[in-house]
Amino acid sequence: MMRFTTLIKHPADWMAGGQGEHGAVLTSRIRLARNLRRHPFPGWAKRDQRAAALDLMRPAVESLPAMKGAFSHELGDLTSVQKQVLVERHLISREHAARGDGSAAVIERRQTFSLMLNEEDHLRMQAIRPGLQLTAAFSALSELDTELEESLEFAFDPTLGYLTTCPTNLGTGLRASAMLHLPGLVLSDQIGQVLQAVNKIGLAVRGLYGEGTESLGNLYQISNQSTLGESEETIIRRLERVISQVASHEQNAREKLLEDDPEMVSDKIGRAYGVLRYSHIIDSKEALNHLSLLRLGGTLGFFPRETVMLCDTLLMDIQPAHLQLHSGRKLSPEERDSIRAEIVRSRLHSLDSPDNRVSSNDEKNFPNTPNSSDA
Amino acid sequence: MKCDFCEKKATVFLTQLVEGQMKKVCLCDGCAKERGVTDPTGFSLADLLLGGLPGGPGLIPQGQPTAAPGNGKQCPTCSFTLDDLKRVRRFGCSDCYGTFSDEVSQMVRGMHKGTSHIGKVPEGLMAIQFRNQRVEELRSRLDQAVASESYEEAAGIRDEIRNLDEAKH
Repeated sequence: MMRFTTLIKHPADWMAGGQGEHGAVLTSRIRLARNLRRHPFPGWAKRDQRAAALDLMRPAVESLPAMKGAFSHELGDLTSVQKQVLVERHLISREHAARGDGSAAVIERRQTFSLMLNEEDHLRMQAIRPGLQLTAAFSALSELDTELEESLEFAFDPTLGYLTTCPTNLGTGLRASAMLHLPGLVLSDQIGQVLQAVNKIGLAVRGLYGEGTESLGNLYQISNQSTLGESEETIIRRLERVISQVASHEQNAREKLLEDDPEMVSDKIGRAYGVLRYSHIIDSKEALNHLSLLRLGGTLGFFPRETVMLCDTLLMDIQPAHLQLHSGRKLSPEERDSIRAEIVRSRLHSLDSPDNRVSSNDEKNFPNTPNSSDA
Repeated sequence: MKCDFCEKKATVFLTQLVEGQMKKVCLCDGCAKERGVTDPTGFSLADLLLGGLPGGPGLIPQGQPTAAPGNGKQCPTCSFTLDDLKRVRRFGCSDCYGTFSDEVSQMVRGMHKGTSHIGKVPEGLMAIQFRNQRVEELRSRLDQAVASESYEEAAGIRDEIRNLDEAKH
């Protein structure tokens, strides 16, 4: 069976996402909720009933061709840091991480599929893809679901569709979501309007990190709320349309910012570069916000294009549990901040100052300062 | 005031609107930390309430169903009661949807774009059910054929049953 260290060693394909045109859409995710007939839902089941459901599902899931050699562990067998790392990678939910024996996580080798057994529902299956690929993610996951139907009897009602623990997931049991990076809309103060509009069409928007409307790193997640009364295709098509529109608004906002106030843009990106390159103590909030600007710089030509992927990987690697895993011991918040800074500095070591790049390319009208302190 | 989870003194008090209802939880430092309450991004009272508050689901031993006042409806499969539903706004098993169908239709109205399912249907399941039904039919025909000594017909039916059984694996 695949070990935790093997699973986590490499970044997933989808993590180096955002290869899409402007990199506004980092990842697409599809989640399907399924339950077994005649078995009490996990939250209501007694310990032995939960174990019985798990014993039924786990072999069925593990024997799927797509899950060959997958990482498969009961949550009670994982340490809290390991579980937290899986949460930070979006492979299991925070709620699932709080569980122990009687619940399991089965994660495909490349981390493109992850299945939570005995989460709120018996089965929560997820597919992740880089960029805007909801349709592709859905068809891959739906195939997996169809294969599972051959060995598991899912609770289904002709009127209510797939039956779920919470009625908010009835019907398709589908939650489709995309993670978006929207610094242009935030800097130009348009984010509120855009998010409100998205909300109005019945889609949910939330900041990926941070509370309420504030979002650290300018990262937002858009997802469907309604799961009953529309087909999977209809739900996904609407989401993809809305997400592409938001992404193109973002692109326009970036272009306009660069046109109207290039000095402000260069200043923000330059400061972010400076802080990330040279700080020795950096908390998660500051790091996220500066990485966001560095990523923006990568899409605007301030840095080589690969910088975008570098930022996406760093986003994950500077999270608390990833830092603990990296250093192999429990860290105090102060230690975390200095190790975080160390990792960021080393990753950005060979990243040249945007000023050098601009002067050598001699393009656009960025302020052209002489070589900055790039020792 | 005591912590809802252990005997220690509660220091963290939370009130949240969970699906339209005010819910309050009191926790001690240790329990608050353990349950991620101090981490505002991940905490949701709904999950805490469902995750095992005293008297919450999962903690009530089954076979000793809680008294079911009100209209006394109770799920025959999992003993979930109407009170449980009102408290957690979730269900005990898939059969609850039949038991509490009136409440379901009330809850579902306005929650989604529609009230009846459009989309994927578990074809595998349908196929299995169809096949099982067909095998049962064939079995009874086989019995009849044997009873009436139509052995040729019986052999044909037996082959058909065998084929369907093989298709299952």
